[in-house]
Amino acid sequence: MLAMNYRGPQRVRIDHKPYPKIEHPQDAIIRVTRSCICGSDLHLYNGNVPDTRVGMTFGHEFTGVVEEIGPDVEKLKVGDQVLVPFNISCGKCHFCKQGLYGNCHESNSQATAVGGIFGYSHTAGGYDGGQAEYVRVPYANVGPTVIPPGMDLDDAVLLTDVVPTGYQAAEMGGIQPGDTVVVFGAGPVGIMAAKCSWLFGAGRVIVIDHVDYRLEFVRNYAQCEAYNFKEMDDPVVFLKRTTDWMGADVCIDAVGAEAAGSALQTITGRKLLLQAGSATALHWAINSVKKGGIVSIVGVYGPTDNLVPIGNVVNKGLTIRANQASVKRLLPRLIEHVQNGVLNPKALITHRVPLEDVADAYHIFSEKLDNCIKPVLIPSSKR
Amino acid sequence: MNNTAKDFSHIKGWGIDADPKNDPTYPMKRRTDAEQQGYSWQRPTQQPVNIEVLHSIERPNVSAVFGTSTPPSGLSGMIRRFAFKYSESSYGHWLPLLLADRVNVVEGVLEDLSKGHVPNIFAEKGWNAEWKHNPKGLVQKVAIGVLVTTAVVVLLSRKKEHKHTRHTGYSEDERYSEDQGYTSNKSYSKHDLFPESKPIK
Ligand SMILES: NC(=O)c1ccc[n+]([C@@H]2O[C@H](COP(=O)([O-])OP(=O)(O)OC[C@H]3O[C@@H](n4cnc5c(N)ncnc54)[C@H](O)[C@@H]3O)[C@@H](O)[C@H]2O)c1
Ligand SMILES: [Zn+2]
Ligand SMILES: [Zn+2]
Repeated sequence: MLAMNYRGPQRVRIDHKPYPKIEHPQDAIIRVTRSCICGSDLHLYNGNVPDTRVGMTFGHEFTGVVEEIGPDVEKLKVGDQVLVPFNISCGKCHFCKQGLYGNCHESNSQATAVGGIFGYSHTAGGYDGGQAEYVRVPYANVGPTVIPPGMDLDDAVLLTDVVPTGYQAAEMGGIQPGDTVVVFGAGPVGIMAAKCSWLFGAGRVIVIDHVDYRLEFVRNYAQCEAYNFKEMDDPVVFLKRTTDWMGADVCIDAVGAEAAGSALQTITGRKLLLQAGSATALHWAINSVKKGGIVSIVGVYGPTDNLVPIGNVVNKGLTIRANQASVKRLLPRLIEHVQNGVLNPKALITHRVPLEDVADAYHIFSEKLDNCIKPVLIPSSKR
Repeated sequence: MNNTAKDFSHIKGWGIDADPKNDPTYPMKRRTDAEQQGYSWQRPTQQPVNIEVLHSIERPNVSAVFGTSTPPSGLSGMIRRFAFKYSESSYGHWLPLLLADRVNVVEGVLEDLSKGHVPNIFAEKGWNAEWKHNPKGLVQKVAIGVLVTTAVVVLLSRKKEHKHTRHTGYSEDERYSEDQGYTSNKSYSKHDLFPESKPIK
């Protein structure tokens, strides 16, 4: 079968790999119909996540058709069309029981700090991912969800990560009606976080980025304010001024380790790897939220340390909430929102690329060429 | 900041998930305190451990399921095994892993070559797409690359020339062949580098 193959920082290609096998009685094999590239994949692509092994297949946002099931799989049958949450979760451990499906304790041997994630290095369990024609899906009774009849595959594939992550970013902000919410990052996740902030009753939503076409997009899509930080002397002062010198009630970090905007952070975090990525957006989030406010982090960082103003967190009495999205927990509500037209995820997809051209798709998304917001890879069987 | 007086009727779904009691929200919302009982849940069936699985020393076992992609191998594998002697809280864990990742890239190239496959780095980097959507940027990148390489080669060969003439003497032919190697490098045309620009959308 064809599968994406990681060869080193900024080097990926399509290759022939063996068809995946059932390795556990609760496994399913899925024939992939759609598979996205995510901002999280860029951390792997740039070589910033430790234990990313050459030869691995990435991809944690995918839909597909059930091709084969293990003997203990009861909730799926061959031929079902499913969307597969990016987290691999057992449904039995203490964390899954609390709805923390992104923190499962039975899906990642290599690190206790995160649950298993498809195609996300050995630090997230060493699973080959869905940027391929076929993929092995463990715990098939728990994660995979049958796509409701009539739902567009492009909507379904964004329900595996982008929509729940954006929604959870807003949810973790504990937004109260009337609150001012600042979202850092106008990538797919930030766009969705801005959109979802309204559902929780936000009174004002402001997005910060430095890529004009994305700011333009989010302004229309999420009906919010959007500003370019390159045009500001200091984004923190800008945000203070526009919030009556108080700061925002809630700040959301939807950028993560690839952040731009500070030479010191970029050099130490992205070039020299002296810290676990560049923490510029998180730094700004902490400093521009009001005292007693909430900082919600969904941007992803590496497993070591980052330069953040932790003293200000103490002095301002902030609450920080953060996690990998718990996709399974949120799916029922979010499927409803998509079906009722409250959310329209597929509008984010700008590029439909044949799986064979995976290297070009990574490059376009990473370099923000051709006004790219979200690329989806399509295997030949589905074109 | 209270902005509730504003009219939000133009935003579909405004406030439909507003919940004043939504605090604390996740991740702490549905604490059961079961975790105080330790590692006590009924574990799922164990996937047979028939490949080498490194596991964090912050847990006693291999998780019930695990990925089977790319088990540790070669020199990078040895470094990874070493890294897993240290906890996730230690640089002794993460720095060797980053090193292993870089060593693994070289192993990947050697593996390709040993199979008679010369990796097409330009295609792997997605520069076909760069050529299509940002030709100016690409020309700039290549030009800078060529300039830097030229500078380095000129500098190195000057130093060598100096040394050789002083100590051993340096034949014009040898230097010439060195230059040849470099010139042939420079003579790639754009067309060779990007034989086919495939449509993306
Ligand atoms: N927690 C989760 O479950 C989860 C799930 C998916 C993605 N993520 C993470 O969310 C982040 C965003 O993902 P994405 O797919 O939208 O990625 P993306 O790379 O497309 O978007 C990031 C955006 O941030 C902008 N940016 C860079 N520096 C900035 C700064 N200092 N301030 C404001 N904006 C800045 C970039 O221009 C870009 O538009 C990534 O870190 C990704 O790993 C987390
Ligand atoms: Zn993702
Ligand atoms: Zn679990």
